[in-house]
Amino acid sequence: MSVSPKEIAKHFATALPHCKELNMRMDLLEESHAIMSMPYDERLIGDPSTGVIHGGAVSALMDSCGGASVFMHPDNGGASVTLDLRIDYMRPAKPGLRVNAESHCFHVTRNVAFVRVVTWAESKDEPVATATGAFSFTHKRKGRAA
Amino acid sequence: MREKPEPLQVIKERRDGALLRLVETVPYIQFMGISFERRGDELTALMAYSDMLIGNPAVPAIHGGATAAFLETAAIIELAWADIWAKIEMEKLSGADIAALPFPTLPKTIDFTTDYLSVGHPRDVYARARINRSGRRYASVHVEAWQDNRTKLVAQATGHFLMPTKDG
Repeated sequence: MSVSPKEIAKHFATALPHCKELNMRMDLLEESHAIMSMPYDERLIGDPSTGVIHGGAVSALMDSCGGASVFMHPDNGGASVTLDLRIDYMRPAKPGLRVNAESHCFHVTRNVAFVRVVTWAESKDEPVATATGAFSFTHKRKGRAA
Repeated sequence: MREKPEPLQVIKERRDGALLRLVETVPYIQFMGISFERRGDELTALMAYSDMLIGNPAVPAIHGGATAAFLETAAIIELAWADIWAKIEMEKLSGADIAALPFPTLPKTIDFTTDYLSVGHPRDVYARARINRSGRRYASVHVEAWQDNRTKLVAQATGHFLMPTKDG
């Protein structure tokens, strides 16, 4: 029997070198849905006067989580790459707190997957950032109309 | 009588000193291995390749998040630099004057959209940012990143930034 997507995706946070360097953790994997998180780290500080982490580190978490949700789509038949990712920054992530990202892959066509990602630190009701993204997608069933 | 031009050494010390201070004070820029080269007021950002930048080891390719982070850093430093340049050149500050200045408040990202155009190979990446609009409160910046060939972009990005208020 082949390995399930979930078994593979479980290891994304440790198998992908950049995710590992940022100490990311896979917290949830369900159909078209993933939650990943990353601890506060002084190496990631983007604003030395406040200790707030750089938006770039948040990008890496949101991109990874978006990719994981695409991988967990039931029709996924291969590896994906990011085509486009737009991030809106709502508020700084409070220094010292773990940063969480939740992604839903809400639509796929033959070649493209669309995701929405929310990132929060203190409370899920007060997002640090939201993102929408498009990923390349390989549909399991060939010839499916887009 | 016309003022005597400043010695080259003094000018370079001022400009390079101000740039280095801006870049070396931010831990994340150091962590990512990002540096900046200066020609007059023009900056080129450089992200030196390291294995920890890899996203997919099977290809291997640089992580999309790392690419976005690099472009965002290039945009923020370009904006901060434009501001600093105006100040240090107008006031003809010395290296010591600059070292004594408080660390500048950096622009805050409102939104940032990265458009991935080709695979980021395991090599150094370069980027240049262009400020398309710079108002009192908001700025819009476009960034292009490439590797071996300047005309073959790895990624491009557009971002909007909230500028720090002059009175703190």
